Amino acid sequence: MPLRFLLGIGLAMLFANSAEAFTAYVSNEKSNTVSKIDTDSWKVTKTIKVGQRPRGIAYTKDQKYVLVACGDDDTIQLIDTQTDAVAGSLPSGPDPEFFTAGPDGKLLYVANENDNTVTIIDIQRRALIGAVQVGVEPEGMVMSPDGKILINTSETTNMAHFIDPVKREVVASVLVDQRPRFAAFTPDGTELWVSAEVGGTVSVVDPVKHVVEHRIEFAIPGMRSDAIQPVGININRDGKLAFVALGPANHVAVIDIKTHKVLKYLLVGQRVWHMEFTPDEKYLLTTNGLSNDVSVIDVAGLKVVNTVQVGELPWGVTISDH
Amino acid sequence: MIRTSVVATLLVIAVSPVLPASTLDVKIGYIGSIEKMTTISLLEMPAPNAGLAGAQLAIDDNNTTGKFLNQSFALQEIMLNGEGDPAAAVQKLADAGISLIVADLPADALIKAADAGRERGLVFFNAGATDDRLRQDDCRMNVVHVAPSRAMLADALAQYLVWKHWTRWFLVFGSHEPDKLFADALRRSATRFGARIVQEREFKDTGGARRTDTGLVQIQSQIPLFTQSAPDYDVLVTADESQVFANYMPFRTSQPRPVAGSAGLEPTSWDASFGQWGALQLQSRFTKKFSRWMTALDMQAWTAVRMIGEAVSRTNLADAKTIVSYMRGPDFAVAAFKGDKLTLRDWDLQLRQPILLADGRTVVSVSPQPGFLHQNSELDTLGFDRPDTKCQLK
Repeated sequence: MPLRFLLGIGLAMLFANSAEAFTAYVSNEKSNTVSKIDTDSWKVTKTIKVGQRPRGIAYTKDQKYVLVACGDDDTIQLIDTQTDAVAGSLPSGPDPEFFTAGPDGKLLYVANENDNTVTIIDIQRRALIGAVQVGVEPEGMVMSPDGKILINTSETTNMAHFIDPVKREVVASVLVDQRPRFAAFTPDGTELWVSAEVGGTVSVVDPVKHVVEHRIEFAIPGMRSDAIQPVGININRDGKLAFVALGPANHVAVIDIKTHKVLKYLLVGQRVWHMEFTPDEKYLLTTNGLSNDVSVIDVAGLKVVNTVQVGELPWGVTISDH
Repeated sequence: MIRTSVVATLLVIAVSPVLPASTLDVKIGYIGSIEKMTTISLLEMPAPNAGLAGAQLAIDDNNTTGKFLNQSFALQEIMLNGEGDPAAAVQKLADAGISLIVADLPADALIKAADAGRERGLVFFNAGATDDRLRQDDCRMNVVHVAPSRAMLADALAQYLVWKHWTRWFLVFGSHEPDKLFADALRRSATRFGARIVQEREFKDTGGARRTDTGLVQIQSQIPLFTQSAPDYDVLVTADESQVFANYMPFRTSQPRPVAGSAGLEPTSWDASFGQWGALQLQSRFTKKFSRWMTALDMQAWTAVRMIGEAVSRTNLADAKTIVSYMRGPDFAVAAFKGDKLTLRDWDLQLRQPILLADGRTVVSVSPQPGFLHQNSELDTLGFDRPDTKCQLK
C-alpha cells in the first residue's frame, strides 16, 4: 500500500516534469472558427464559432481572453478562456488582420489592412483611443522587448515602420523586400527580423541605425524559388535559433541567429504561415493553411513529431502560459 | 556592376525622421485612347476612365509610400479620341519634363509614340496592347510591356485545358484583325502544349447591332446551326476580341460543350471577382475610389505605375534610363497580388506574370499550371521564352 502510494507520487512527478499541458487556440480563416488544442494529448478539444474571417489571434496578458481579429466583421472578438465562448468585441477599425499588445497588456495595436492605419485600443475600456497613419496594407506588428518601439510592416509600401508608442507617430521607416508580412525582435532587441513574402527573403534590420544589415535567402533542393515565401518568424528565448515559415514551400527554416545561416529545413504541412512556441519551448506549432492542420515541431530534436487536424485554412496560433 | 550599386543603394536608403531637404518629384505621363466599343454584354461596356483609374490609384499608393521617402508622384494624362496624334501627345508630355509614360494605345499608335519619344529619352509602359509583334519583330528598347501578350494569354488557357485533358478544340474566330491574331496565338499554344484543333470556323461580322429588342430569339436558333456538324470535340475555343459572337456561344452550341477563349473561361490579367493573395485590399481600394469594378486594363495601368514607384523607391532616382536599367536587372520585382513576384524578361521587356482564368463570376484557376516546368521560371512557360524571341533590343 505505501509502496503503491509512493509509486503514484513518483509517476505524478514524472508526468509533471516530462510535459506540462498547455492550451493552443488556432484561428481557421475559412471555417470562421477557432480550434482549441490540448498540447498533452494533441487533440482538438473544442471548436468555437467566431466572426467572419478570423486571422490574428493572441492571449491577453492576464490569460482571461483570447483575442481574434475577424477582418470581414471589422471587429476583434474576445473568447472567454473559462467558457470558450465569445464574450464581447473590441472596436478595431476596418478589416483588422493582425495585432500586438503593449508591455503591460493594456493597449492593443492593430493593423487595419484596408485603411493604411495602425489603430490603438484600450482593451479594458474596449475603446479606440488613437491611430497612426502608415504605408499601404499594414500587416506585421511587434513591440520591441523594452516596449519603446512598435514595429508595423506595410505590404505594398514594402517597409517596416518604427512607431513611437507614446507620441503615436512614425519615427523611421526602413525599406525591405516585397510584401513584408511579419516582424520579430531578437530577445536582446539588437536585431529586427522582417519577412518578405513575395521578395522571398528575411531582412535583418539594425533597429538603432534603421538600416538593413543582412538579408537571409532560402534555397530548398527541388523547390522552385518562387514558392519560397517567408511569413512567420519565431525566435527562441535564448536568442540562438530562429524559425521562419516558408509558406507554399511547405517548410520551416531553422536559422542560427549568430551566423544568419540556415541550419535545416523542416517539412511541415502545406502553406505554413504562423507559428508559436509552447512556453517551455519544447514544441513549436505551425499553422498549415492548405492542408488544414497544425504541425508540431520538437524544438530540441528539430523534427516534426505530430500533426493535428483543425478547421479550414488555419491562419494563426496562440498558446497559454500555463 | 549594376547589381553592386543597387545593393549599395538599398542599404543606404534607410529613412529617418530627418528627411532630405528636397522632395523627389516624379511626374508620370498617361496616354490613353477613348475607344467607343460596343460589347455583347452590358456588363462589359468600357468605362470612360478604363485604365486611367488604375494608374490614378497606383499614384495614391506610390504617394503613401513616398511620404516616408520624401518622394512624390503625379500623373498627367492625355486621352486621345480615335484620330488624335500620339506623336503630338508625346511631345506635349516631353515638353512638360515627363520621361516615363504609361500608354494604353493600339500597336501602331504605340510604335509611333515610342519612336517619337526615343530621341528625347522617353520610356513607355505598354498597359493596353497585347500584340505579339510588339514583343517580337517590332520590339523597342524604350517600351516595357506590362500587359500580357496574346501568346501568354493563349498559353495560360491552353495549359489549363490540357491539364483537364480537354485536348480536342473546335476553334471559332472572328473576321477582324485582332480576332485573327488571337486565333494565331491559340494555334501556337495548341501545338506547344499538345492540344489538337479538330475544326476551325470563321464567324463573319456582317455588321448590325449587338443588341436588339427581341434578338435573343434569333440567336438561340442561329448558334446551334453555326456550330453543328463538327467532328467530336472537348471544348469550343473562341477568338473574338471584337466582341461580335463569342458571348453568344455558351449554352447555345449544337453539342453540349464548354466554351473558352473570348467567352466562357477567359484568360486575363485581372478579374473583379478575384480576392486571393491580398487582392481583396486592392479591389476594395479601387471600388471605394471609383464606384465600379477593377478591370484587367485598370490592373495593367496600376501595375505600370507601381513598377515605376517600386524602382524609384529602391533607387531614389527618377530618370527613365536608371529606371529601365534597374527594372531589367536582377534586383527588380513588383508584388501585384498574383502569388508570385513579377519581374521583367530582359530579352523583350515583357513583365512575367501569372494569368487568371475567369468565368465571369469567379476565378477558376491561375496559370502556369502544375507540371508545366521550366529551368528558370515557370512563368516563362507563358509567351515567348528566350529561345523563341525574335526581339533585338536596340
